[in-house]
Amino acid sequence: MSTSSGTPESWISSFCSLLGHEYFAEVSEEFIEDDFNLTGLQTQVAMYKEALEMILDVEPEEDDDEEDEDEEDEEDASGDVQDGMAGRAHGERRHHSRVASDLSVIESSAEMLYGLIHQRFICSRAGIQQMSEKYELGHFGVCPRYNCNQTRTLPVGLSDIPGEDTVKLFCPSCLDVYVPPNSRFQTVDGAFFGRTFGALFLLTFPEYDLSRSGAETAAQLTRTTTDDLVMINGMYARNIAPGLGRDKIYEPKIYGFRVSELARSGPRMQWLRDKPDDMTILDEARWFAYEHGEHGADSEDDDEDENMNVNSNNRGSRHAARRRLAGHAALRQRRQQNRSPMNVDANGAESEL
Amino acid sequence: MDDYGTESDSDYTSYWRDWFISSRGNEYFCEIDEEYLTDRFNLTGLNTEVQYYQYALDLVTDVFDLDCDDEMRETIEKSARHLYGLVHARYIVSTRGLSKMLEKYKKADFGKCPRVMCNSHPLLPMGLSDVPNLKPVKLYCARCEDTYNPKSSRHASIDGAYFGTSFHNILFQVYPALVPAKSTERYIPRVYGFKVHAAAALVRWQNGVRDSMRRRLRKMEVESGFNGEDEIEEEEEEEEEEEEGDDQQLAEYRGGAAAAGPSGLGGDSQMGSVA
Repeated sequence: MSTSSGTPESWISSFCSLLGHEYFAEVSEEFIEDDFNLTGLQTQVAMYKEALEMILDVEPEEDDDEEDEDEEDEEDASGDVQDGMAGRAHGERRHHSRVASDLSVIESSAEMLYGLIHQRFICSRAGIQQMSEKYELGHFGVCPRYNCNQTRTLPVGLSDIPGEDTVKLFCPSCLDVYVPPNSRFQTVDGAFFGRTFGALFLLTFPEYDLSRSGAETAAQLTRTTTDDLVMINGMYARNIAPGLGRDKIYEPKIYGFRVSELARSGPRMQWLRDKPDDMTILDEARWFAYEHGEHGADSEDDDEDENMNVNSNNRGSRHAARRRLAGHAALRQRRQQNRSPMNVDANGAESEL
Repeated sequence: MDDYGTESDSDYTSYWRDWFISSRGNEYFCEIDEEYLTDRFNLTGLNTEVQYYQYALDLVTDVFDLDCDDEMRETIEKSARHLYGLVHARYIVSTRGLSKMLEKYKKADFGKCPRVMCNSHPLLPMGLSDVPNLKPVKLYCARCEDTYNPKSSRHASIDGAYFGTSFHNILFQVYPALVPAKSTERYIPRVYGFKVHAAAALVRWQNGVRDSMRRRLRKMEVESGFNGEDEIEEEEEEEEEEEEGDDQQLAEYRGGAAAAGPSGLGGDSQMGSVA
């Protein structure tokens, strides 16, 4: 399978069609052939050259002598870590024959190398585009959380270093990670997707309507909302954790009565699924600018000072602070309509609209 | 009912129920005691809910001996399953039912929480409504206190009313020692190691909500049940100092010494903590 150029299917597409490899995108050959994209991978993968040849379906015997030289160079460059492995491969190749065990070593090296290239590829323009097509088709499954309403998930790793953890699914609706439902994905390394992809995907495609469930998308329902297009912290407000907040938090009840927070078994984790009703209070930069630039003109100052004095003796001051914050948000919006000079756009959100 | 009658006939007394709970897709159910089923008080009101109530009950308690055609039998069979489910919802909140379900919970018969940070904590079945035929069964994780859809479609079609909205909460009221330690561990989206602003701002806000809850609980002297309780205490004190520092700094900024209530504390005012 590895070296036969006569087969119609390339190594890459046969790898991606394997059971359990449904999440993988097909890395383009141009991407792999560009040495810049492979920087540093020589030292991470054993039998790097053979593995690369296998991925690209190149016949290894074609120009043996040159290869040997190349390999020796690499050996020197990559230091003594690879010496044992490369040396062995070297020796075996002198006999112009590869035993089966050797081939399986290369095969697993090739998979590792492909995974690491894949991690980089899906963060490139072409790769993330390909992944978005797979996302549209629902290849990555949906969030198991009931209140996320079948939001489609993205494959992510919890580490960029191979061998640490398996692939997980990131739900953009609740900003949490889940174990894939099928056990066949528990053999796929999370590093092959990497930590960056999930978040980068959301930043690259901000216009995805995440609040729309997978089922709705399938039914091609169109929703026209104009007031949803508010930008906060560089993202559309409606796309920041649409599956969280009021009405999306599970409330434990016994015979219709809510379980008290003061009970031993009362709710303790609701914060994890919470979000402010008014997302503008998360625009911390603006709030900070307001707090530190507009004090003289603030007519509510006196009340607030009182508030603060009371609260400084009180451990529950955060609530009051948040109320204050909400008040300011409203005030701020009024001011902005009056063309106030405090219009500080720390993140340039407005200009993107 | 293809495998009806293939089970061993030796234990005739619980024939139908044995078959029911061991058939595929019914893994979430526990076996209801004979005594519970035969006590009419436990079945109050169900006769209006279930078609062919008497026949269904006979079938469930293995005293069914009506001669009827297959179609009729199938209808009664369906009613019997419905009846079993409705009695099940009542049975599992009784003392014996709770302990049976607890055994299944400990064996993780209901599956494990898919959330990565919950470390495969066992789930409990639950309904979102006590009225039958409204919502299918969901799974509840006591660690993250959230509800999840069952993995397999054969479980997703079970009626949630067969478990009810109260069972899993009653379980932890009855066995408070089983309430798992809560964890503040969570996933933070990153791009090349940097936190994403929008998500990070939300996380900060959520942490604020959590901390104010913990302060509230501490004031009421209720155990909050998080692991690493002591660590947070330290953290909180630091935070408090920061807050005080901010107050002071604000007061200075305004040029009024009157507002500097906790003067002398929190010498290093940290600008960043406001945001």
